[in-house]
Amino acid sequence: MIAHTVFFYIFSLIAIVSAVMVTVSKNTVHSVFFLILDFISISCLFIMIGAEFLGMIMLIVYVGAVAVLFLFVVMMLNVAEQKGQWFSSRWDGGTHIPVGLLVSLIIFFELIIVIGGWKYKPDLLNSLSINISTEVTNTRSIGNVLYTDYILLFQISGMILLVAMIGAIVLTYRERAGVKRQSYVKQISRERDEGVDLVEAERNKGVKIDA
Amino acid sequence: MDSYFSILFTEIYKILFLLVPVLVSVAMIVWLDRRVWAFVQKRRGPNVVGPFGLFQSLADALKYIFKEIIIPASSNKLVFVLAPIVTMTLALISWAVIPFDEDFVLADINVGILYLFAVSSLGVYGIIMGGWASNSKYPFLGAIRSAAQMVSYEVSIGVIIINVLLCVGSLNLSDIVMAQQNLWFVIPLFPMFVIFFISALAETNRPPFDLPEAEAELVAGYQTEYSGMMYAMFWLGEYANILLMCAMGAVLFLGGWLSPIDIFPFNAIPGPFWLIFKILFLFILFALVKATVPRYRYDQLMKLGWKIFLPFSLFYVVLTSSFLIYFDLLPGK
Repeated sequence: MIAHTVFFYIFSLIAIVSAVMVTVSKNTVHSVFFLILDFISISCLFIMIGAEFLGMIMLIVYVGAVAVLFLFVVMMLNVAEQKGQWFSSRWDGGTHIPVGLLVSLIIFFELIIVIGGWKYKPDLLNSLSINISTEVTNTRSIGNVLYTDYILLFQISGMILLVAMIGAIVLTYRERAGVKRQSYVKQISRERDEGVDLVEAERNKGVKIDA
Repeated sequence: MDSYFSILFTEIYKILFLLVPVLVSVAMIVWLDRRVWAFVQKRRGPNVVGPFGLFQSLADALKYIFKEIIIPASSNKLVFVLAPIVTMTLALISWAVIPFDEDFVLADINVGILYLFAVSSLGVYGIIMGGWASNSKYPFLGAIRSAAQMVSYEVSIGVIIINVLLCVGSLNLSDIVMAQQNLWFVIPLFPMFVIFFISALAETNRPPFDLPEAEAELVAGYQTEYSGMMYAMFWLGEYANILLMCAMGAVLFLGGWLSPIDIFPFNAIPGPFWLIFKILFLFILFALVKATVPRYRYDQLMKLGWKIFLPFSLFYVVLTSSFLIYFDLLPGK
């Protein structure tokens, strides 16, 4: 158990330090790298408590896809050097700090309520109508719960994500004129007699193409 | 405390027993790649160093070790140094879950295939980090291209894996191989095997999808600023990833360590050899594709990934699951 504890503290320490570094580092790209490190150490913690499915999904979804898009956006927008953050002496007195503080305060109280409830009502887990078996793998038990008891909620959340995705595409899509598109069908179905033309060229006059 | 150390040492021994052959075979596979490429183009290829030129890669590696490592002055130095290390490490740690025989696997974890998928999706970071930290136009363009490309093709690989998992009912790689005892998945899921193969080409930045390092447009893409051993690590990591994709294809579709038919002369050959034959077979296909197919255009690449492979593999998921339910073949009930 000593090794387990040691690894737990190593991963937690990395998670907390990198979470702080996300907000503190001056370079936005470095922030995203620390965010990735944070995700990885949290998925390690998931694996350590035996939730290997959640840990792997965390790696695949957050690190493999979401963080890549973050990185993509941050690099493309070229906001790498953020000057004047609140901890630096050059802070220009922006209004985003009070808003940020308010949001983090609300999240903090929410966390207190959730964790407090768990603390004062330890049988909360048993009072739910979910049948948790310790014999099957956790991939299977998550599937059993997700696709039977919560199938409607699961599908609704999928629909919400789909709608959000379509909304983002609709908002950013604009029709551009004069774009040449390739049509495979048109290219492949072109026959010889459409493509090649034998023309009797007149002397000293030549042939006009694309007339 | 004593038992901890004995466990530690046996594990380290096992890891070395796995990693050293993998690294040596990566070096050999580079030679094989160049030889196949040369034979297709009616050249000789590397044939001078050692018998048949077998030691060419070792000579190259030696050259890389003695070359100077140049770190550009305006680069982000820490990230610049970390990038090849990340690529190499990620390429090697995924070998932990590949099963070579029934009980011959380093880590027999429940979610083996998810682990493989997760690690291969992390592989993009080595490239992005290298491209961004170089602080130069061509590497950056290469990194951006490769990020978009790898994320796109990962999606279709994920859906293809779902197809296989529907037929297995387990995420464990040994279970996936054992489920193919009667019928390799390449036969019922042949279209998925083809798409997996092409997506693996794109995922490992191999021709015809080597746009991140398209030498005619981007010099060498994300590797442009790298030199010496750091370049060699990118190069080794890339080939280790290719080998890993071949191993993944062999385990998912070609029955891993199983022999093609379970009769005497075939099943006398031990399992690891069968796996190696299958990996080599897939790798030679990779090399032949490299030698014969011209490079894709970027919009064609994206169109192929999102508009053709993804809908088709999603459709195949529906087809596979309907088939399994209709004939009551669904595993793990």
